[in-house]
Amino acid sequence: MSATILTPALPASRDVRDARNDRIFRWLLAATAMFVLFALAGAALSMLWGGRSVLQQEGLHFFTSTAWDPVQDKYGALVPIYGTLVTAIIAMVIAIPVSFGIAFFLTEVAPRQLRTPIGVAIELLAGIPSIIYGMWGFFVLMPVMANHVIPWLGDHLGTWPVIGALFQGPPIGAGMLTAGFVLSIMVVPFISSVMRDVFLTVPTRLKESAYALGATRWEVNWNIVLPYTRSAVIGGIFLGLGRALGETMAVAFVIGNSVVFTKSLLEPSTTIAALIANDFGEATEQYRSALLLLGFVLFIVTFVVLAIARLMLARLDRREGR
Amino acid sequence: MNTLLRSTAVALAITAALAACKPQATSPAAGTAGAPTATAGDKVAAQVTGAGSSFIYPLVSKWSADYAAKTGAKINYQSIGSGGGIAQVKAGTVVFGATDKPLASDELAANDLGQFPAAIGGVVPVVNLPGIEGGKLRLTGPVLADIYLGKITAWNDPAIAALNPGVALPADKISSVHRSDGSGTTFNFTNYLSKVSPEWKAKGGEGTTVNWTGGLGGKGNEGVAAYVKQIKGSIGYVELAYAMQNNMTYASMQNAAGAWVQPTLDSFAAAAASADWKNAKDFNLVITNAPGQDAWPITASTFILLHRSAKDAAQRQAALDYFKWALENGQAQAKALDYVALPPELVQQIEAYWGTTFK
Repeated sequence: MSATILTPALPASRDVRDARNDRIFRWLLAATAMFVLFALAGAALSMLWGGRSVLQQEGLHFFTSTAWDPVQDKYGALVPIYGTLVTAIIAMVIAIPVSFGIAFFLTEVAPRQLRTPIGVAIELLAGIPSIIYGMWGFFVLMPVMANHVIPWLGDHLGTWPVIGALFQGPPIGAGMLTAGFVLSIMVVPFISSVMRDVFLTVPTRLKESAYALGATRWEVNWNIVLPYTRSAVIGGIFLGLGRALGETMAVAFVIGNSVVFTKSLLEPSTTIAALIANDFGEATEQYRSALLLLGFVLFIVTFVVLAIARLMLARLDRREGR
Repeated sequence: MNTLLRSTAVALAITAALAACKPQATSPAAGTAGAPTATAGDKVAAQVTGAGSSFIYPLVSKWSADYAAKTGAKINYQSIGSGGGIAQVKAGTVVFGATDKPLASDELAANDLGQFPAAIGGVVPVVNLPGIEGGKLRLTGPVLADIYLGKITAWNDPAIAALNPGVALPADKISSVHRSDGSGTTFNFTNYLSKVSPEWKAKGGEGTTVNWTGGLGGKGNEGVAAYVKQIKGSIGYVELAYAMQNNMTYASMQNAAGAWVQPTLDSFAAAAASADWKNAKDFNLVITNAPGQDAWPITASTFILLHRSAKDAAQRQAALDYFKWALENGQAQAKALDYVALPPELVQQIEAYWGTTFK
């Protein structure tokens, strides 16, 4: 009998406790989210603050000038910005089709017992430290590029109008093309594992309906699977692009580290991250300020790229009526 | 679909944060590298901290190991680059700094610092020309400057051929390799080119990183050495030890006296001995293009910076004791690592300078 009297009291005290715990938990979660924002704003603003003296000195000229002269204290970031974008684009041009092929193969074509080992191998590829890619690029890829690929490109593509200028130059081996190639190998695991995971989420009945209508595997993947997973695939691609833009060590090894503007993809250039990594140790005062400002530029470049990704996703969603 | 989208967005945001943090992460690491060791030094009185030049790092660590074995005093040296060493010793986070580029007297005075050289090394032009033996290729300073300016583009250029009668020079294009990271090696190399070529002085200038007009950059001595070994027809510049260890083809140079010299410890020592240290206030002297008959033209020295009126006199005394020992007894270690110990007269001059500067 006493139990029936006591029972209404119990939930009440539990409710109070639960409400309090809920509140604490909510604050805790909010704090973790705020931590990201603070870290982000702190990193960006401290780079801008460190770079303010060069920004004052050069103004917007910093973004359009190719002069990089630490002796005269003249700084223009166009060469590293251009190098960063071009190497990332080369990497994506190679990595996207390859990643799509890998994901297609693993989800549709590969025999079931092959899927796990290949999937694990791709994820292991993502775990290799970037300096190893750099050393491989330097000692293995560069001689191949210098002795075979670059002479061939120069003889065949180098003579074409307009794009020919991209493929002319001495067979050094270090350059934007080599860097882009190394980067593509580094981002393939990211893009292909995202693609594989989202391809697996496509409902079987959709695919089976298409197969029942006589579609080939390619048609099913191109017309059913890819449109269904489009926004996630784009997300995965931009994940890889983010990595390609910020990669440092591997690029510093193979890009040739020359802050001189060149149209040719075969000639040495540099990227923002590689230039910072190379020069930070010995940089003093104004030069250090220029490198910090360069870090802020990389932040902006990455931010713009991500903003474009969000815009594309939003537009796709609208077109699909969501 | 919506959760998928959201998780992708979160992943994207994380990449953005990581990408943004990357360069930032370098800055506190470089800025505070010496700080924890400095506080550790306060607790253990026998530990002296230093930071700076990577050029002298192998020698300082060898000296420190031997000194610790002998006296028990520990020297903790961080190879963070000359620029970092100067900044840290100015800020007082380390007891001594090491720099490849000497500071001018007024800058030393403004920061309450004293300066003295500690070791001599040399920078050597290395080439990749199959069929030409080490030391057989002859170069002059102006020709070297023209190569790095991109004015001489092929190995069979008349300017090079005139210096090398009887040497079969190939028609290969010259790829010039420089240090991509800021370095004291580059400072001494470009200081020499500026002294011998007015055009280089105007276009390239001297510094730990300069406005290279072309060529490609390798990270560290090992990066330059590796590029030169890989690219046929290339030329680079490295410290002597790297040229020797990698069996590279080095060039002989014409010095200020007009004589042809090979890069050896003897020719480095001749440069150090012939340099005009006596009249250099605070030892502010770069010994490239030294006047001696046997002097190697691109000889380099590394300088130690110490506070004149030390906050912790015991620490500074420990550092001075260490360098006294190193300069007087560390010749064998220097030689083994392809450095040149300072000539005895210079060591005497340095010790006299200590007496008047560090009170």
